[in-house]
Amino acid sequence: MDFNDTPEEAAFREQARTWLAANAPSREELAGLDEIAAAKLWQKRKYDAGWACIRWPEEYGGRGASAIEQVIWNQEEAKFATPGGVFAIGQGMAAPTLMAWAGEEHKRKHLPPLASGEHIWCQLFSEPAGGSDLAALRTRAEKDGDEWVINGQKIWTSGAHYSDYGIIVLRTDPNVPKHKGLSYFFLDMKSPGVEIRPIKQISGGANFNEVYFTNVRVPDDQRLGAVGQGWQVAITTLMNERMAIGGGGGGVGFRQVFDLARRVDVDGEPAIRDKNVRAKLATWYAQESGLRYTGYRALTALSKGAMPGPENSIGKLVAASKTQDMASFAMDLMELGGAVTDPAHAEAHGLFQGAFMAAPGGRIAGGSDEIMLNILAERVLGLPQDVRVDKGIPFNEVPTGR
Amino acid sequence: MNFEFSDEENLLREQAQGFLQEHCPLAAVRAILDGDAAFDEGLWNRIGELGWPAAAIPEQHGGLGLSRLALCVIAEQLGRAVAPVPFSSSVYLATEALLLAGSPAQREAWLPKLAEGKAIGTFALAERAGQPSPATLTTVLKNDALQGVKVPVADGDIADFAVVVTKAETGDGASLALAELADAERDTVATLDPTRSHACLSFDGCPAEPLGPAGEGWGLTQRLLNRAAVLFAWEQVGGAEAALDMAKAYALERYAFGRPIASYQAIKHKLAHAYVKNTLARSNGYYGGWALDTDAAELPLAAATARVSATQAYYYAAKENIQTHGGMGFTWEFDCQLHYRRAKLLSVNIGSEAAWQDKLITAVEQREAA
Repeated sequence: MDFNDTPEEAAFREQARTWLAANAPSREELAGLDEIAAAKLWQKRKYDAGWACIRWPEEYGGRGASAIEQVIWNQEEAKFATPGGVFAIGQGMAAPTLMAWAGEEHKRKHLPPLASGEHIWCQLFSEPAGGSDLAALRTRAEKDGDEWVINGQKIWTSGAHYSDYGIIVLRTDPNVPKHKGLSYFFLDMKSPGVEIRPIKQISGGANFNEVYFTNVRVPDDQRLGAVGQGWQVAITTLMNERMAIGGGGGGVGFRQVFDLARRVDVDGEPAIRDKNVRAKLATWYAQESGLRYTGYRALTALSKGAMPGPENSIGKLVAASKTQDMASFAMDLMELGGAVTDPAHAEAHGLFQGAFMAAPGGRIAGGSDEIMLNILAERVLGLPQDVRVDKGIPFNEVPTGR
Repeated sequence: MNFEFSDEENLLREQAQGFLQEHCPLAAVRAILDGDAAFDEGLWNRIGELGWPAAAIPEQHGGLGLSRLALCVIAEQLGRAVAPVPFSSSVYLATEALLLAGSPAQREAWLPKLAEGKAIGTFALAERAGQPSPATLTTVLKNDALQGVKVPVADGDIADFAVVVTKAETGDGASLALAELADAERDTVATLDPTRSHACLSFDGCPAEPLGPAGEGWGLTQRLLNRAAVLFAWEQVGGAEAALDMAKAYALERYAFGRPIASYQAIKHKLAHAYVKNTLARSNGYYGGWALDTDAAELPLAAATARVSATQAYYYAAKENIQTHGGMGFTWEFDCQLHYRRAKLLSVNIGSEAAWQDKLITAVEQREAA
């Protein structure tokens, strides 16, 4: 058991490090660029040098690197403040689905612009009536010649307003049980009939959108998997989602609260001297450590050829609640100062308050805590599914409430 | 990176699990719970024959010279089986103390016997309720004779010798002493977990010799406990997984309202939470095992992390295993109590959860200062 790079890994790390040191964008270079422009600049530079999406095969814009090399790259890139979050869904979720289910022509056409950052993709899965029960989605697609006509509404679509393409699950047959009547497509987000409305969140931001579809036409050629096989294709995306979303730490972890506890006082002493503070911090440290080394174990398995399984749900489940609890505790340590969000007065420029208001979203996005627990219980522990009253019933006969 | 046990260690785990399933079923643990024996002597003898106590002892002292990771694997399986044997006292504590501080003569005298399981050693620290410190110790070693009372001492009633933490003769510190227990007065003390026997050791001039330099006993104790904490954490991880398996098996066969209780989210989520805690504890156990095996500078941090994580996991799994069983879990007849008792014993035996949480943060602070 060791943490050491093999000679090959060390050589790769050195190569990555050298290139990053010479090419990572400086603060001045990014000054004045918005989030997307900055991310595109950096992504294109990586792509041109063969450092974009390095695990992908070369013919699709990648480097054909191994899983371990990807991790080494991520570790090294993380040492620089590089932009790039806007590509997470396209590169982390849409691309693996395209690779598994799309024809060769589509892969050659769409994967390279994903790798280069030219195209941004979004994910159109959730609906007002289909959240945790995703397969209850209602947005219809009806066949019309070589095209499908889409009508309905999607919700919680991150980045829809700046995306070029979207992956979408649609109901193509309401007369069969819900999982059997779905099909999976990708579409041009600039298609006529697509209307995007931002959703303001409790954090004040608007990362999500509602997306309305009115007679939007998508070619049958852009279907992934067979008609009626959409659920199976969606599972490919969702398994990758859990890895893409991963920690969701929101910038508040042991390090930030530990540092805070050395700056603020409790009972006239630095808070870190307080046994209760130490106990809580230790538990969070152990959780972070447990996640880190669970990740290392998964990597070791990955490098030996194993497939990542549902146990990856642990990361998001633990990290999301931990972030919320730590942000809340940090604010307690500041007493009334903890309520201050004004950047001129707030400790750490409002980091903890921001994380506190964003944290509820982390526990819901990408599969709620409860869904994650169900996945662990059913797919890892092998416990039976809950009784489902919609099982085997045609979708259009399932009770819906309101 | 290679963050996995070796093929040999994995094979050892399989062999240990198979052996304990055959020779240490829960019925054997219950026999100790219900009977008068202090431990399962037959099982202990077989374990000695298998060479488990010899695993980490150097070959020159009659050991096998295996890695500490081999001990982690064995500890996990002993924890899983809730084994009623003095392995932890004799191996994680007494053997490690000799390896850490023993003179050549002390090592030569005891290690070969410990390796065979022919001698049992233990470690005597506690004197009364509360966290021990050099300031609270009253036991002293003077002119090679011990004076004082140690209670409770795990396996104190069956051990051949004890490593005793004493108040240093001069200064504010502590010193370690090695005492053969044949001449000590020892009374068995009932504890929460009768499958692991404990005693009150009264020393009234009992012959003993210093172990390690005088006045350095407290530092040695901390180093010893850091090493033992990793191995106890592996016992806790094994126990926590066994408790979860027990809960799962029952939830699958027990029906309520016409379906298995394992299909209710209230039960599923409870068991999923146990799985999460167990997984984090196991992964921290890897970290601790690595630090122990390589004697890494970060062992104090790794040990505390593994210990805190494993203590939380085993406690949760053991109490929620009873809850999953409902009223039957509360009966003497059911085996749930074995884990509930062992989990609590292991969560206090070498320092409480809070004490190890404090050590964890201290280790972080020391890393920062370095």
